[in-house]
Amino acid sequence: MTTKSQALLNWIDERFPLTSNWKAHLSEYYAPKNFNFWYFFGSLALLVLVIQIVTGIFLVMHYKPDASLNAAGVPVAFASVEYIMRDVPGGWLIRYMHSTGASAFFIVVYLHMFRGLLYGSYRKPRELIWIFGTLIFLVLMAEAFMGYLLPWGQMSFWGAQVIVNLFSAIPLVGPDLSLVIRGDYVVSDATLNRFFSFHVIAVPLVLIGLVVAHILALHEVGSNNPDGVEIKKKKDENGIPLDGIPFHPYYSVKDIVGVVGFLFFFSAVVFFAPEGGGYFLEFNNFIPADPLKTPPHIAPVWYFTPFYSILRAVTYPLFGLDAKFWGVVAMGASVVIIAFLPWLDRSPVKSIRYKGPIFKGAVAIFLVCFFILGYLGVLPPTAGRTLVSQICSVLYFAFFLLMPWYSKLDKCKPEPERVTFK
Amino acid sequence: MNSRVIKLIKRAAAVLLLAPALAFAAGAELHLDKAPVSKDPAALQHGAKLFVNYCLNCHGASYVRYNRLQDIGLSEQMIRDNLMFTGDKVGDLMKISMHREDGKAWFGAAPPDLSLIARSRASEFGSGADWLYTYLRQFYRDPARPTGWNNVVFENVGMPHALWELQGEQVAKIAEGEHGKKVELSLAKPGKLSPEEFDKSVADLVSFLVWMGEPVAEKRKAIGGVVLIFLAGLFVLSYALKKNYWKDVH
Amino acid sequence: MSVDHKMDSSRRQLLVATSAAGGVAAVATAVPFVASLTPSERAKAAGAPVEVDVGKLAPGEMMTVEWRGKPVWILRRTPEMLASLDKTAGLVSDPESEKPQQPEYAKNKFRSIKPEYLVTVGICTHLGCSPSEKFKAGAESGMGPDWVGGFLCPCHGSQFDLAGRVYKSMPAPDNLEVPPHKYLADTTIIVGEDGKA
Repeated sequence: MTTKSQALLNWIDERFPLTSNWKAHLSEYYAPKNFNFWYFFGSLALLVLVIQIVTGIFLVMHYKPDASLNAAGVPVAFASVEYIMRDVPGGWLIRYMHSTGASAFFIVVYLHMFRGLLYGSYRKPRELIWIFGTLIFLVLMAEAFMGYLLPWGQMSFWGAQVIVNLFSAIPLVGPDLSLVIRGDYVVSDATLNRFFSFHVIAVPLVLIGLVVAHILALHEVGSNNPDGVEIKKKKDENGIPLDGIPFHPYYSVKDIVGVVGFLFFFSAVVFFAPEGGGYFLEFNNFIPADPLKTPPHIAPVWYFTPFYSILRAVTYPLFGLDAKFWGVVAMGASVVIIAFLPWLDRSPVKSIRYKGPIFKGAVAIFLVCFFILGYLGVLPPTAGRTLVSQICSVLYFAFFLLMPWYSKLDKCKPEPERVTFK
Repeated sequence: MNSRVIKLIKRAAAVLLLAPALAFAAGAELHLDKAPVSKDPAALQHGAKLFVNYCLNCHGASYVRYNRLQDIGLSEQMIRDNLMFTGDKVGDLMKISMHREDGKAWFGAAPPDLSLIARSRASEFGSGADWLYTYLRQFYRDPARPTGWNNVVFENVGMPHALWELQGEQVAKIAEGEHGKKVELSLAKPGKLSPEEFDKSVADLVSFLVWMGEPVAEKRKAIGGVVLIFLAGLFVLSYALKKNYWKDVH
Repeated sequence: MSVDHKMDSSRRQLLVATSAAGGVAAVATAVPFVASLTPSERAKAAGAPVEVDVGKLAPGEMMTVEWRGKPVWILRRTPEMLASLDKTAGLVSDPESEKPQQPEYAKNKFRSIKPEYLVTVGICTHLGCSPSEKFKAGAESGMGPDWVGGFLCPCHGSQFDLAGRVYKSMPAPDNLEVPPHKYLADTTIIVGEDGKA
């Protein structure tokens, strides 16, 4: 480095912790050297967040949150999306990046969460990282849900209608609560405008704050790894973990490979299948919202369907409260329960590599149930399907609620002293 | 990941594949003919002409500008001379003068805007093009309907058979089978076109509707090819860079 | 940074190559975003050339048409009005229309294709207000006894003659802009298109 730029850096460092932060979070942040494929999804989630924010900023320049009808009898909001798709130069690409980004966000985040489950990344001392992560997931769901209303198509409208009505199931305050959320007796222009405000300002601010907290907490305690052993237990004479390598350059160059690989698949969808077979952009959403006509079959977007299935699975009234209420409770609980994993898992080891057959079996059953619930959520309910989703919902909750017992009973293998690295 | 986990995931996948059979009985079937969608400019131009002559009176395409038709190989002058009947400017949207209220009164429902019809009509039974191709060819005479027309794909549709001069008049033989209603159509009165010519014309019209649903589609795929090739190259480079750095790590 | 000392030539080459390719990718990604800031098809359609029939315009009368959201004046000048331009030639700052405020074909004494018809954008070159018409000559105009007819900008008082030329020592720096236009027929003008661009 030349003396001049060194002088500039010194000038800055006396006023702002640039070098020290660079070191703390990148060049001298020691990450375990045995990260595998699963460890790409954290940085990829950050990448998708950036994609969504940047494309979102540009979409807002042309989008109009207005449910009134234009001269051609089309809601202005719906028409403004088609305006972006057809009249704004490059608009179609920005919009497809944003709509594909929404689905990509959930794919990446689900894989990131599953990684945490596999390797026990939620265990002590990383409980707070996990809780922040669960909150990020929750906030992300709110963000996606409100964003989905904005194109003001049939699925936007009726999806919002159904989900907002969930809140009316809450005893006493429910009906008033859903009225306050909508700001009207039906989903309307008022709803569209407040969802727009939340989607572009409030929720992203919270999301970014939580992501910062998630990363700060991670860098405080250090990363877990596929072996689930603490690299900080074995340090060299300089206090550097023996199995740790500086995040930069080693993981920055590795994550670039992950980023390029991800962008390949992302671009493949954006350019060749932006509708995602009707799952990323639903066919019915190419019809403007019509408050008088529900499409024959409505389902939430794919990333909500596992939880939606749990909602529908509850069909029995209990304690004098109707099934609708308990469905909402079950759906809420199915997300919130994830936050309690750090205290539910009593296994002596962290990583699935050293856990016994009971835990592995439980994870497999959980995974299957999650997929079946997701699949059922896109289909209209029948008696048979409801039964299957009830079984899967029970197994979903059993995975969490029985974990304190089965994780203790399990026959685990001994953890190694150091991480395994070929 | 160890082999045990892989085995479990495989088993999970097997159960997942079986799940549909366990839980899902088939719903109402909709049989659609596969639409021979063309990207040939001549076919699209023919479709545009049919669209303007037979559809654009009642249906608008209010997101599409006339001058966008340059993308299917027409010049501004050709668009002005052959496809524009009103005093519109060539940059105007393809709107109609019919009011929605009138449409509602005349047909029971306002005729939908057709800009996105090929995208919104897609379903698990086929693409939007398949639906349109089948729908437009399966009108039949039904004196019970106010318009005198009914449709196999879209029962009790409000729209009359706009292309009847071309196709002629079909009549239906309806049989109650074990899989619900079965409708067989036959041509009672021939139209200006032979059945083969008519099918080709409808195919051109549907191709045009598909193009109109997303005029940028072909450009999108062309750009996409370049992007993917570039990213593949960048992947090789970044992987080599990673390998080079990681040779330090033991 | 900690890696500098480990830099060998192959690593340097790879780093340069990957950075260069990444830079290309970044620039390519920026293209649609920058493009989205340029006028859309709707803006272009709204800014399309406007056809105007000036046949009904009486001598001394002016009409305003909208082109690209701006007022375009079409003034049919009387012989007296045209004669006034000789009187103002010494008083305006750019009598010969040297500054490129008009297409080549309007770079003449009358700043028009046909002397009779002045076609100009009615936006003051100072800060964008639309000047008002002060066609009457003499004290009657309220512009002083020497006034021969022209335009006055209400915002900062810039004065223009009947060819849209700005008087000397006015806030406005330039003559009013003459938009591209041409005659489709004797009395039909198309504004915004001259067959040249």
